[in-house]
Amino acid sequence: MIKRKGLKSAALAIAAFSLIAGACGGSDSTVTEETVTEETTAETTAALPGEGILACQVTDTGGVDDKGFNQISYKGMQDAEATLGVTIDLLESASDADYAPNLQNFADKGCNIIVTVGFLLGDATKAAAEANPDKNYAIVDSAFDPPIANARGLVFSTDQPSFMAGYLAAGMTKTGVVGTFGGINIPPVSIFMDGFAKGVAYYNAQKGTKVKVLGWDTEKKDGTFAGNFNSLDDGKNIAKSQADEGADIIFPVAGPVGLGSAQFAKESGGKVKIIGVDVDMSISNPDAAEVYIASVLKNIDAAVLAAITDTVNGVKTSDNYVGTLANGGVGVAYTAVPAELQAEVEAIGAGIADGTIKI
Amino acid sequence: MTDLLKSLRYTLLALLASLLVGAVIIVVTDIDALKVGDYGKAFTTVLTAYRSLFEGSFWGLRSISNTITGTTPLLLSGLAVSVAFKAGLFNIGATGQMLAGGMTALWVGFTMSGPGWLQVPLAVLAGAIGGAIFGGIAGVLKARTGAHEVITTIMLNSIASFLVLWLLKTTLFQREGRPDPISKLIADEAHLPRLFGFLEGRSDLVAHSGFFVALLATYGYWYLLKRTTLGFELRATGLNSDAAKYAGMKSKTLMVVAMLLAGGFAGMAGATEVLGTYGYASTSLAGNIGFDAIAVALLGQSSPIGTLVSALLFGALQAGGRSMQANTDVPVDLIIVLRALIVMFVAAPLLVKAMFRVKSQFSAQGQTFRGWGG
Repeated sequence: MIKRKGLKSAALAIAAFSLIAGACGGSDSTVTEETVTEETTAETTAALPGEGILACQVTDTGGVDDKGFNQISYKGMQDAEATLGVTIDLLESASDADYAPNLQNFADKGCNIIVTVGFLLGDATKAAAEANPDKNYAIVDSAFDPPIANARGLVFSTDQPSFMAGYLAAGMTKTGVVGTFGGINIPPVSIFMDGFAKGVAYYNAQKGTKVKVLGWDTEKKDGTFAGNFNSLDDGKNIAKSQADEGADIIFPVAGPVGLGSAQFAKESGGKVKIIGVDVDMSISNPDAAEVYIASVLKNIDAAVLAAITDTVNGVKTSDNYVGTLANGGVGVAYTAVPAELQAEVEAIGAGIADGTIKI
Repeated sequence: MTDLLKSLRYTLLALLASLLVGAVIIVVTDIDALKVGDYGKAFTTVLTAYRSLFEGSFWGLRSISNTITGTTPLLLSGLAVSVAFKAGLFNIGATGQMLAGGMTALWVGFTMSGPGWLQVPLAVLAGAIGGAIFGGIAGVLKARTGAHEVITTIMLNSIASFLVLWLLKTTLFQREGRPDPISKLIADEAHLPRLFGFLEGRSDLVAHSGFFVALLATYGYWYLLKRTTLGFELRATGLNSDAAKYAGMKSKTLMVVAMLLAGGFAGMAGATEVLGTYGYASTSLAGNIGFDAIAVALLGQSSPIGTLVSALLFGALQAGGRSMQANTDVPVDLIIVLRALIVMFVAAPLLVKAMFRVKSQFSAQGQTFRGWGG
């Protein structure tokens, strides 16, 4: 059925492909970067404390290149590899059905700590942690109730930097109206919006202004939500309707939906500005870098690194890691903020960190 | 029979062709080996990847268990697409029907208390009914107003996923103490028994008896098509609805029946996922299964045995893909590429013919579905 000629041409095709791949290999910076770190650590591990520790990460269905929490978590893994000398491994999940088998694979592989990303993995992580009491588990953006001896949550007080961002937005708005919206009304999202609105209210109380917040009601604990985390069109439309109501600074808490808002802001020609979320979006979204005035940071990588550090030091705990302004787990990145206002916002951040300002 | 063999041969050749293209992709992604001219390493990567793909799907009890777990929902939702194809309808709504069936099965699963032998079949039945009602909506819309089922089923998918999101935030469904949209756990008795439950200390063997539900459903589908008047009428309507109408068949009723059946199969897929695999429901309960089901049905040419075989193939790829990812640096996304390639090569027999220089004449196998506006 199969003739030799056919096979030969297939082989030729493969060879041709390989040549093309070789020629454009230099442009693939991510792949090259990864191997460079691997090689350098391989040479320097001898003196590092994490030698012999295997740290493993299971992503949710977003995959490791989601420009979101899976990717940032993996950066924490890479940091641990570079600074502690641990060996790292990664499994991506294509569907919910992959969580348990992936965790099983890692348990078999002898991972010392397994980091899972996102509340979707909560039940699978719980089951795995109970089945493997000798291993440490950590889950990003979730927590266990009741606690499990060898599993901990990595959670973040994102209301703190959002409060700062709200103050910052109120200080920069020209129209006296700012906006926010979320992806889905769940606490990890609404906590940002609540902090933001309270920051604006704090500014109003301090300066006697009347800056209005669209998209979140601190009394009712409800506001504007896209209903998803992936529709750029929704992000564009919500930003547009808030801009129509006068908002000139918008804080989207909705992952990629916010990229749609950034696109709208770009098209508005400078009339509307955006506050980024999770990472410094002026860097992670270079296509629309000019629309960001600041970003609220949720340093998941720091949390992952902290959890791995504990495992390297032989600490087994069920205590959650809580990222705060004080421990650097959350923060604010400034892109285009007047120096005077930035100093004020920083002072507020210090106040939150030492407890003199209550949110 | 020779026709069947012939079509099987092309399917196998398509599989081989996709593995070849997949190998090229693996080699290309292993840039570093190529850059230093280490073709041997690239070759080893391909071998290791495909070996773990095979071992992860069929080698050993756990692999087989994983393959069965992956196959179950694919087979049931594949039947949901197949039965609609047979009646000339393109059911893209398996996702929504799965969600609907999953939720009704879940509700029975956590509210009822009773012995398992009663509760499990009732919960699966509830899933089938829930899915059937949801699928039936698209059928009624088509029969009554002529609204195209491709449009309505896609829209109903969105409606289902938002409905589930809302339901999971209500006190009836949401698990206590959880802020995120996740359901209560079903009662212990409502779990579909594990296939390898008799083996002590093998909690890693997750395959459940939902597989038998799926096999039974496949048999039911075969029986319906080949042994009943209804099946004959469905096929006749699918092949030529005007002729069927002329012969006195009620094509509008048949449309609704086909979508009810489709929804029922997909609903059972949702039910077995909730009652067997997860034990709870979340918004991503259906995942991509509803769309993979279209590929399963196309690959299986909507026949009962074809759907079974292609669901097994896809289930095996899913299980094997995980161990491939664990043993090599080849990302699990390659499986999605492989599946797409298989479907593409099956859909383009001439391409396969040219690749392997097959001389014999290829005859297209029956009709799968009619295009837009049909």
